[in-house]
Amino acid sequence: MALTIPDIKRIAHLARIEINDSEADKTLNKLTGILALIEEMQAVDTTGISPMSHSQDVVQRLREDVVTASNQRDAFQRNAPAVDRGLYLVPKVIE
Amino acid sequence: MINQSLKNLSQLLASKAVSSVEMTQTFLERIRQYNPTINAYITIDEEKSLAQAKAADSLIAAGTATTLTGIPFAQKDIFCAKDWRTTCGSKMLANFIAPYDAHVIAQFNHVGAVNLGKTNMDEFAMGSSNETSYFGGVKNPWDLTRVPGGSSGGSAAAVAARLCAAATGTDTGGSIRQPASLCGFTGLKPTYGLVSRYGMIAFASSLDQAGPMAKSAEDCALMMNVMAGFDARDSTSLNHPKEDYTAKLEQPLAGLKVGLPKEYFAEGLDSDVAKVVDEAIATYQKLGAEFVDISLPNASLSIPVYYVLAPAEASSNLSRYDGVRYGHRTAQYDDLMDMYMKSRAEGFGEEVKRRILIGTYVLSAGYYDAYYLKAQQIRHLIADDFKAAFKQCDIIMGPTVPSTAFKTGEKTDDPVAMYLQDIYTIATNLAGLPGMSIPAGFSASIDGHDLPVGLQLIGNYFDEARMLNVAHAYQQVTDWHTAMPKGIE
Repeated sequence: MALTIPDIKRIAHLARIEINDSEADKTLNKLTGILALIEEMQAVDTTGISPMSHSQDVVQRLREDVVTASNQRDAFQRNAPAVDRGLYLVPKVIE
Repeated sequence: MINQSLKNLSQLLASKAVSSVEMTQTFLERIRQYNPTINAYITIDEEKSLAQAKAADSLIAAGTATTLTGIPFAQKDIFCAKDWRTTCGSKMLANFIAPYDAHVIAQFNHVGAVNLGKTNMDEFAMGSSNETSYFGGVKNPWDLTRVPGGSSGGSAAAVAARLCAAATGTDTGGSIRQPASLCGFTGLKPTYGLVSRYGMIAFASSLDQAGPMAKSAEDCALMMNVMAGFDARDSTSLNHPKEDYTAKLEQPLAGLKVGLPKEYFAEGLDSDVAKVVDEAIATYQKLGAEFVDISLPNASLSIPVYYVLAPAEASSNLSRYDGVRYGHRTAQYDDLMDMYMKSRAEGFGEEVKRRILIGTYVLSAGYYDAYYLKAQQIRHLIADDFKAAFKQCDIIMGPTVPSTAFKTGEKTDDPVAMYLQDIYTIATNLAGLPGMSIPAGFSASIDGHDLPVGLQLIGNYFDEARMLNVAHAYQQVTDWHTAMPKGIE
């Protein structure tokens, strides 16, 4: 299925990346080439093949439900664009 | 001093012929001299490096030093290092000061090694030429008009130009091995899960793996002794018993069964590279190795599979950059959504955005089965190919990259051509297997420049010690790994 400019804009919105018309146009071109490459997969019969996410047969480890990390809020917030009294500041979201 | 092995540098320090401060100063001096041209480092902090060197000298004086104590290493800027600016090659993190140490950094700190600085890289490790870095491209020390490879291009150039004793890198689709091939040194991507990803900025979590980039297999073995090990903070870290990666280095190779995958010698392989690889195979024959023809029938699918899985995982991983807790925030915005959209549009470069968009697309409603699930199924087939191959052989050999280093700018407009750089390396990441690249010679001289060619070794799971042995045996009878680029002596 061929991608269109509205598709690109929809995907960019889902990804929360602002994109203008000329960028969308350029992106369409590049993404079409990459998707053509990806399409090669469709020729392979994968009926009955299980999907693989880790090479080793591992299960998610569990740990005791105890506090292991110390409070480093001040250290972490030094990298924040805007904080006040230990809180991260964002534009108003509730009227 | 600059071309010495880690073992020799360690002996120089232990015998007090040279102090760690002096050794660190030697490399810092070289960085001051060559980095303005090569751009291998993004961040240098001489004060911090020298403080570590001083502390190392105290350990040496007290007799509590270990092999890597006091040796200066370059760290890829993907590893968080406490109080160091850690950018991942992105404008998004241009002012990010890491509040903690990545496991890899902590391991080097634990043995008293010196952090020389943070090396340049493709933005968020997405690239094969180091040209996507927000901090500018890196030059290949063998020919300054060419790329060093990527994404660990800064570490690669730093090792090749001897701007460090050795360096760390990460490899998601070839980012240690491809630059090792293009810059002529030894690089190892370990078995997935062997080195902790804790504090290593995430790109594609099911593929990302850290490893050593150094002059020789022996150096890589010494670094693996420090880097590898179980870490509960990484949910995919494997609880594999700690081993000494130098233990098997001197084993004879007689009877070693080497598999040659026919798909790695097919059309698309540069004739100069093929010639060097053939010569390396002949050398291994003399060392007693036996060869068997093998096939990896699904290997050709590894690029399409990778360009579904890696962008999908990246789009998820990079959703954390929202301009709220850390990273770039746009100056002007109307509301929260506008702030997200603009911050991410400004903070990410073109290639990163492209991959986020592909990932978002393949994961979006209605497409998951056709893309992500399909790719994971083919990933299984690729891993099964290797499983079958390792029934016939102990190790697999072939070229690392189809060609030698290309010119800066040559592939920037054609992402697909750039992606083909990793055609021989990606399958290893998909299968989770360890892979290495070792210097095996040079192409015919172009414009007076000799360009390095790498030989790739692929081992079975957890077979790093054996691979290092196979590489070391070759490095005992050849001297490609000691060759230095002209003009940096």
